[in-house]
Amino acid sequence: MLRVEHLRKVYGEGTRRPFEAVADLSVTVAEHEFVSIVGPSGAGKTTLLKCVAGLLPQTSGAVYLDDEEVIGPPEKMALVFQDYSRSLYPWMTVQDNIAFPLRRRKLGKAATRELIQDTLRSVGLGEAGAKYPWQLSGGMQQRVAIARALAYQPEILLMDEPFASVDAQTRADLEDLVLDLRDRYGITILFVTHDIDEAVYLSDRVVVLTPAPTRVAEIVDVPLARPRDQVETKEQPEFAHLRAYVWRSIKRPEHAATASV
Amino acid sequence: MRAPRRPLRILGVGLEIAVPIAVLVLWAVLSRDGSSFYFPPLLDIFRTFQETWLFTRVGSDVVPSLARLLTGYAIAVVAAVVIGVALGSSHLLRRMVDPVVQFLRAIPPPVLIPAGILVLGVNSTMKVALIAFVCFWPVLLNTIDGVDGVDPTLRETARSFHIRRRDRLFRVVLPSAAPQIFAGARVSLALAVIMMVVSEMVASTNGIGYFVLQSQRTYAITEMWSGILLLAILGYALNGLFLLVERQVLKWHRGVRAGSV
Amino acid sequence: MSEAQLRQRAGIRISVRSMLDRTAPAVGIATAVVLFEVVPRSGLVDARFLPPASAMLRSLAGQVADGSIWSPIGQTLQGWALGLGLAMAIALPCGILIGSLYLLFMATRSIVEFLRPVPSVALIPLAVLLFGAGLESKIFLATFAATWPILLQTVYGVRDVDPVAMETARSFGVSAPRRLLRVTLPSALPYIATGVRISSAVALILAVTAELVLGNPGLGQQINIARQSGAVELMYGLIIATGLIGWGLNILMTMLERRLLHWHPSQRTGTR
Repeated sequence: MLRVEHLRKVYGEGTRRPFEAVADLSVTVAEHEFVSIVGPSGAGKTTLLKCVAGLLPQTSGAVYLDDEEVIGPPEKMALVFQDYSRSLYPWMTVQDNIAFPLRRRKLGKAATRELIQDTLRSVGLGEAGAKYPWQLSGGMQQRVAIARALAYQPEILLMDEPFASVDAQTRADLEDLVLDLRDRYGITILFVTHDIDEAVYLSDRVVVLTPAPTRVAEIVDVPLARPRDQVETKEQPEFAHLRAYVWRSIKRPEHAATASV
Repeated sequence: MRAPRRPLRILGVGLEIAVPIAVLVLWAVLSRDGSSFYFPPLLDIFRTFQETWLFTRVGSDVVPSLARLLTGYAIAVVAAVVIGVALGSSHLLRRMVDPVVQFLRAIPPPVLIPAGILVLGVNSTMKVALIAFVCFWPVLLNTIDGVDGVDPTLRETARSFHIRRRDRLFRVVLPSAAPQIFAGARVSLALAVIMMVVSEMVASTNGIGYFVLQSQRTYAITEMWSGILLLAILGYALNGLFLLVERQVLKWHRGVRAGSV
Repeated sequence: MSEAQLRQRAGIRISVRSMLDRTAPAVGIATAVVLFEVVPRSGLVDARFLPPASAMLRSLAGQVADGSIWSPIGQTLQGWALGLGLAMAIALPCGILIGSLYLLFMATRSIVEFLRPVPSVALIPLAVLLFGAGLESKIFLATFAATWPILLQTVYGVRDVDPVAMETARSFGVSAPRRLLRVTLPSALPYIATGVRISSAVALILAVTAELVLGNPGLGQQINIARQSGAVELMYGLIIATGLIGWGLNILMTMLERRLLHWHPSQRTGTR
């Protein structure tokens, strides 16, 4: 279980113009839950994610993973960045990229190879192990990044706008892949996006943020049936209703007003 | 630039091969009668080249020259990369050494030879030390820049996956900085050749530089030309060898660049 | 501690850091000077061969005060300027021609590829033979060495012109000379500027080398004379002066480049 309690982040504190990115943010993600975080651009989405990942020290408040406070990057957590071209190491082949975080674990050669093959197959890239990332398309590179995160065998997966730089068709495929992998591996997912459709389609709950200094505007439950389907789920009136609801929640002007107080 | 049409391309390749041959033939014909004191017959130069350098003076002049060059160069590159990595990881240190390094790099290398003679005497140690000193700065500056410029996403990925320090250095930082390090090393190689030749001209009793200047002073013009030809071939070969190594080591880098266009 | 106090403390910490950051270059230079002062005095190295920094700087200051340093500086800079100028006069037109005519490019390619990595100092004996030990030798060597970087960068820049920009100009009926002036040259300019900056450093190296090896008047010759006459402090003072000139020329070239290319995306920093 992931708990974020009264998280606050101010950049450049003590300088003449400090910037308060996150004002006061509390959210809980239960085990095996899929929670999306949406918000207008400029809401501290990435800041929040980096604090949760232990990559950025918060100003105050705390993050707990299974009741342990997060101080550095936790062992049970893996990250998938938006910019796959910069998070995959271009001088390593696909399989070396996946093996790299596993070196420390000393699983043995055969076990490592098997794990790599398994995860590559599960993202639909069974044949690409010997290639370099830059020989693959953008969508395939993001699949590699997902495979790397899975091979790390985390309990929770943080994804920072992972599909923002791929085309629409690939995006739909990758969304379904993530849903499928969640069921298969039983992991918890915290998913940051600016795409409302995507958030509603994927999630159990959607956390709507206000513009900076960020707070939680609203948490929306998504009671759509699973497994979800790109066509059937999205043609349900319930889906249309939810996305309209989240949309309004983001655009609601009083958030900006309360936030600036 | 657009690719030229096929007949043009064939003509181009023909010219690429024919023109250098034509130049050599023209030179040979024009210099044939030996009427010019400065430009002896080309065939005589070739004959002298063969008599002098294949392989009579290889042991006495070529080997000492190349040994000094490669020793000094190797010391410089290794030292500069090690120190550059250390400096590149500290912002404050980098700011401190920057003006000093910029100044030392800006000294035209040959003026250090008199100082070298004074401190170390006329010997091989002096030449090796000077070559190392001169080659050190371009590699150092580029290593610092390269280490400083490692993509933050790559660093964060390494942190979030708990990559060990040693792996982070050898498998993330150094490969990422390698293109810049190689660029610096290539500049240094040219400087190393200059220092090798000039130090032998000014203060030596052997070496190729000593040989060419001595040939000129004793009006052994054909010998002088054969020495210049040898230096030309050495410069070309060293550069070619360097490019070969660079191409091998940075294969991924060319792939990335070709892929991103 | 109250929040205000905490804030104040953080503020002090940050201003200390920014002050450290600002003074770092000066601290670095001071450290280097002190090191060069202390090491010879401590006897770690023989002070006869490596005198303390203060002695080097004093002899340099003496040269500046009695004005005797200016003429060698002038002579060295003359070699540099003439070499670089001639190299530009040769390499720019040749580079534009080779870059725009495919057949010429192919015809010259192998020769250029062979000649470029040739160490220019190898031609010192030839220069003496052809021009004697005078200024012409110095200019010949500086020009030869400085030609290649400009030539290659120009060829590369001209060949790298965006074909779309070229087609657009052509479709609007812009004449060939105007296309050269308005499309080719501006887009090749960053490459050319880089070439000129590299060539400037190379020309200085060759000018000084000619003075050192051939006894051509200039800083290189003075340094050699100082060593031979045992004026060790003066020798180091002159080496420092040469370094400062190299440094100054680097800064000058970088500034000119920035001035000339302020419109070009490569010069913009701080945009994300």
